[in-house]
Amino acid sequence: MFTSNPFAELSASVSPTIMQIYVVVMALLVAGGTLIDIIHKKSALYFFSNWRKSNVKATQHVGGGKMVSLAVQTAVVDVMASGEFCNVRRRIAHLLTMYGFVIYVVTTVIMVFAYPTPRTPAPANLPTLWYIGALMVCLGGYWFWFFIRVDVAAEGNSPFRFVRADLFIVALVLSVTFGLVWAYLQTRGNATWTTIFLALYLIATTVLFGSIPWSKFSHMFFKPAAALQKRVAEANGTRTNLPPPAEAPKIYGRVLGQPRHY
Amino acid sequence: MPTFVYMTSCDGCGHCVDICPSDIMHIDSIYRRAYNIEPNMCWECYSCVKACPQNAIDCRGYADFAPMGHSVRVLREPEKATISWKIRFRDGREKDFVSPIRTTPWGSIKSPADYAAPTTAAMNSQQLAHEPEALKIDALPALSRDRFKQGLI
Repeated sequence: MFTSNPFAELSASVSPTIMQIYVVVMALLVAGGTLIDIIHKKSALYFFSNWRKSNVKATQHVGGGKMVSLAVQTAVVDVMASGEFCNVRRRIAHLLTMYGFVIYVVTTVIMVFAYPTPRTPAPANLPTLWYIGALMVCLGGYWFWFFIRVDVAAEGNSPFRFVRADLFIVALVLSVTFGLVWAYLQTRGNATWTTIFLALYLIATTVLFGSIPWSKFSHMFFKPAAALQKRVAEANGTRTNLPPPAEAPKIYGRVLGQPRHY
Repeated sequence: MPTFVYMTSCDGCGHCVDICPSDIMHIDSIYRRAYNIEPNMCWECYSCVKACPQNAIDCRGYADFAPMGHSVRVLREPEKATISWKIRFRDGREKDFVSPIRTTPWGSIKSPADYAAPTTAAMNSQQLAHEPEALKIDALPALSRDRFKQGLI
């Protein structure tokens, strides 16, 4: 099961061209949805306005080399290592979901475009990576949604409570879960259930990529920009108006335990 | 001065929700960011401002003395046991203040879970848990049972 390309098997009933058009449409929905989101929330306007304000108030000049260094630090620490998170559990869940999603999407695109039929067999590692990516998304996503998302005991909310902030994570885990179930059923040869789960997979995936203006999907584009701005503000001396570090020796250590919350 | 959240800095971790004594810091159901649901009910204890690991919470001054343009920013440095405040007035003046958070190292104060569970006799006594030894005194005065309801009838 873990070495068979589910999209090649699907080509027996659905033309590879239709699959490829669907992937392109999803990519266009991501681009269009993100642009609408930026225009509607005015996030780009806010970002550049803050950038100009920060430059006007700067007490230290940030040169080109320093800017490149800050961009690399942002990419490595804030993006690739999810350095923004102060809660270790949230950070691990986010890393699992993020890297799982990247692996899952990249392998999907490669398999759909490069190995769409059984006549063009995919290397065994590629479907395995697709399954690993999908399982990582499920692990991180369900962990976050059921155990980290909200302190249900404190807030008195149901762990199944669904609000608009959950649209992205729920659509993501459902899309991946239905994809996994569909791929499994396809190997078992159950035509009816395979078709049902293929339909559910497509619906959840379309909701995931089509709901960007209303979901948190585009955070993967604007969060790195916000993290870079934070580092630049630190470097140019404005520090987003924060007070300077206190002149006191570090003798008290960090707080030993993190509270168990969200 | 009630508090407000910069939604672009907040990552929705919930520190402020946990620490708010008034339970008015909530997580927004649309963006999953913290927000002050009722500034009028804010105790102005600034626990959320100090607890926020992203420095995403500020204080909003009352309109009669702090019109637009002011800012109150806080930096907590637990490893130094200090908390620093930067006050910017509307005329551009800035003042920095630094205060100690505590005078003992983190973790040096015993957690309630580290104490032995109270006995039945202790539960029935008029004294609170670990009194009087935790108060570092020999004894506390106690009422006899026959005087409990005096004044009620």
